[in-house]
Amino acid sequence: MGSTQLPPGTEETLAATTAAAAAPGEPVEMVQLLGPDGTLGSDPVFSDYAKRIDPEKLRVFYTDMARIRRFDQEATALQRQGELALWVPLTGQEAAQIGSAHASQSQDYIFPTYREHGVALVRNVDLAELLKQFRGVSNGGWDPRENNFHLYTLVLAAQTLHAVGYAMGIQRDQKLAAATDSTEPKAAVIAYFGDGASSEGDVHESMVFAASYNAPVVFFCQNNHWAISVPTEVQTKVPLANRAKGYGFPGIRVDGNDAIAVHAVTEWALEHAREGRGPVLIEAYTYRVGAHTTADDPTKYRESAEEAAWREKDPLDRLEKYLRTEGLADEAFFDQVKADGDELAKYVRSTTHGLEVPDIRAAFASVYAEQHPLIAEELAWFEEYSAGFESDQEAAN
Amino acid sequence: MTVKKFNLPDVGEGLTEAEVVAWKVKPGDVVAINDVLCEIETAKSLVELPSPFAGTVTELLVEEGITVEVGTAIIAVSEGQDDGAAQVTPVAPEAPAVEMPLYGKLPADDDGDDNRPAGGPLVGSGPKADAVKRRARKRPAGSVVEAATIAENAEGTVQDHQAVLEAKAAETPAAHRTTAAHAGVAPVTQTPPSQVPVAQPQPVTAEAPLAAASRGAAISGTISGLVNKVLAKPPVRKFARDLGIDLADVVATGQRGEVTREDLVSYQAQRDAELDQADSFWGASKKPQDQRVERMPVKGVRKATAKAMVDSAFSAPHVSIFVDVDASRTMEFVKRLKVSRDFEGIKVSPLLILAKAVIWAAARNPSVNASWVDNADGKGGAEILVKHYMNLGIAAATPRGLMVPNIKDAQDLSLKELALALNELATKARAGKTQPAEMQGGSLTVTNIGALGIDTGTPIINPGEVAIIAFGTIKQKPWVLDGEVIPRWITTLGGSFDHRVVDGDLSARFMADVASILEEPALLLD
Repeated sequence: MGSTQLPPGTEETLAATTAAAAAPGEPVEMVQLLGPDGTLGSDPVFSDYAKRIDPEKLRVFYTDMARIRRFDQEATALQRQGELALWVPLTGQEAAQIGSAHASQSQDYIFPTYREHGVALVRNVDLAELLKQFRGVSNGGWDPRENNFHLYTLVLAAQTLHAVGYAMGIQRDQKLAAATDSTEPKAAVIAYFGDGASSEGDVHESMVFAASYNAPVVFFCQNNHWAISVPTEVQTKVPLANRAKGYGFPGIRVDGNDAIAVHAVTEWALEHAREGRGPVLIEAYTYRVGAHTTADDPTKYRESAEEAAWREKDPLDRLEKYLRTEGLADEAFFDQVKADGDELAKYVRSTTHGLEVPDIRAAFASVYAEQHPLIAEELAWFEEYSAGFESDQEAAN
Repeated sequence: MTVKKFNLPDVGEGLTEAEVVAWKVKPGDVVAINDVLCEIETAKSLVELPSPFAGTVTELLVEEGITVEVGTAIIAVSEGQDDGAAQVTPVAPEAPAVEMPLYGKLPADDDGDDNRPAGGPLVGSGPKADAVKRRARKRPAGSVVEAATIAENAEGTVQDHQAVLEAKAAETPAAHRTTAAHAGVAPVTQTPPSQVPVAQPQPVTAEAPLAAASRGAAISGTISGLVNKVLAKPPVRKFARDLGIDLADVVATGQRGEVTREDLVSYQAQRDAELDQADSFWGASKKPQDQRVERMPVKGVRKATAKAMVDSAFSAPHVSIFVDVDASRTMEFVKRLKVSRDFEGIKVSPLLILAKAVIWAAARNPSVNASWVDNADGKGGAEILVKHYMNLGIAAATPRGLMVPNIKDAQDLSLKELALALNELATKARAGKTQPAEMQGGSLTVTNIGALGIDTGTPIINPGEVAIIAFGTIKQKPWVLDGEVIPRWITTLGGSFDHRVVDGDLSARFMADVASILEEPALLLD
């Protein structure tokens, strides 16, 4: 009777597929279309969504995944060379990020945690700008309004609250738009967070509010199995996707290393949200192959056999196999992808060295939308203070 | 062709040092960007360092097994060779002796024309990750040169080197300015030289410890400036307050510069010595006689006391009697009261029991609580006024002199109330705040000479009263009990009585009654 728990309008089939409760230890339903061996399966609901992905789009998926992995390697090396204070690697989670980000539309607004480099890539954020924060030259790095991609949130799970608030704002905008017969496309919000953040009270509060207000928000949880050194089994006794049932909206576990399934599920969820049918929780079941950050050493808390098992489910490998066996991409394509990746790495390396400390006056300029006497006074004081130093040469040191 | 040095980065968050575990390259090897150079072990983990440069390794600056500080140059790579050569002969394939466990092998990068500034890594390679860095403020021109001579640590020297190179290129004296700015941020701690032998061909300059030392002095100066309050633990503060000592006057010897209890005790001893001036009391015999005698006018309390004593001693015929008392049970009783919850926070002493005993005994022998009034009827007739209340006087030495305040209607007070009244009376008297009203209307007085260690004496009756009890010290003495000599807590009660009112037998009965209570306080329950 899972369907009675769901908001009205949810398809019966979907309810049966996704919202059935799984007792602890019981095998959990997981949406998977592209298996680790590279063969495409089917799903009663999501195969239809997967069919929308044409070969060209699949090649873009692969290119983006390879590019962001190469970028991840370069950023890691830059940290090891002392050029970045810290790096948060994403390797292993490319399909979850690239697949979901491609399902979003430009009017959708995205709230990332701090590992969503793949999403940033898809949203056209300059990856060199993304490194500013990790180099310590900026508290943000990019203008979130340009690509509807919010700044990284380092406070765990805080962005889920921001996302719900933003989604509630969209609801009000949509009411206004409906009253004026506007043709603006409907928007939704995606909140990215992890299995570790799922234990934070912020996530609970956001889900309560999202359900109460039927807010157009997709909670996209990348369950990468490790909250630094704490395994998911410690975070939750039931599949994370099942938690949605308690709040009264659909929860779906999807194979997070299957870009096709992730895209299909996210597209469905975003449509669900945009159409005013309320929030959705997606649990992308994936694995953090690398360290939590460059300051972490996972060999201290987990078995290498576990890592090896997950490497077998690598998201790039399976898509490459599929593209090759289906004849959708040739050797030249893969060579080009590698060259593109190296080009990106080279670009990022050279720009990182040149990243300048931004003028702090810019920070004063963005406090209020208009001129403000107090800010002007404080800026004047700051300029006088700065003038008292010997030179600015050491500023970056 | 330029030689670039790779400074050990902070590969974690806030690491300060790392051990070079194994080199994966040797001098002469050609390396590409991101080729693994070496393996280092930090407090957090074993990590491979990828090369930030493409070129030929010219020198390994740190031997395997040596721990060096973050910021120390570990390898020199000469760049500017024919880029093609560097790309064609990478050593990468043999490099990953240790598998990159987290990310797989880092791909070689063909980036030959690296356009970074020559200043080295900007992030994560500071001398101390947690050190608070301050940029130097502008100061008079003369001092800049002086400051410029202070070089500090590994990073400083390396940067000097690089700065010199830059300076030569730019033909400006930038090196000094860079160094001057660095002088202000010299880290307080230095790695022991033994830890950086190979890494540091450049000698650490002699000024470094000086810089550190002067910084230390500056810090302690700042602290003492901030804390102008004398440091002392609360019990010591209270002790000082009780003794009337200003902590600021005391020489502090505590570990953190705080005044200790011992400091207070020695200060007090010194002060007493000064106050006593016993050594200089005796006037030198050479001095004129009038200078060897100190004249003090008699006034105030002294004058009143003198008059009272003369009036009493020469109008009331005194008779004094004494009795030794075994006060052991009183001592036990006091001890029990001290630990009882009911008397928590209340000072309890044997005087309390004596006071209670006196009140009890006076009721059984009313004539001791009386007054003799001469010429009461105006025709020469005298009267004896027996008081059916007890305004119990307690003789107290105060800063102003001898005072005898009394506890009004002491007969109505419970033991606890009496204890509180005694405390209040003593506190007020000691503070010199006893009011005249509190000294009037007394009916019987106790003088606690035992507090001064005296056994007994012949007290003089407070004028207007007919009896006074002197309470001697209580100490262990041999006592015969059931034919055996045993140590007991013994005291001597002395009493003086106005024989006009109190005859010998009455005074004796009264004294015996008081003594019986001290011997057995339980009799109070009668």
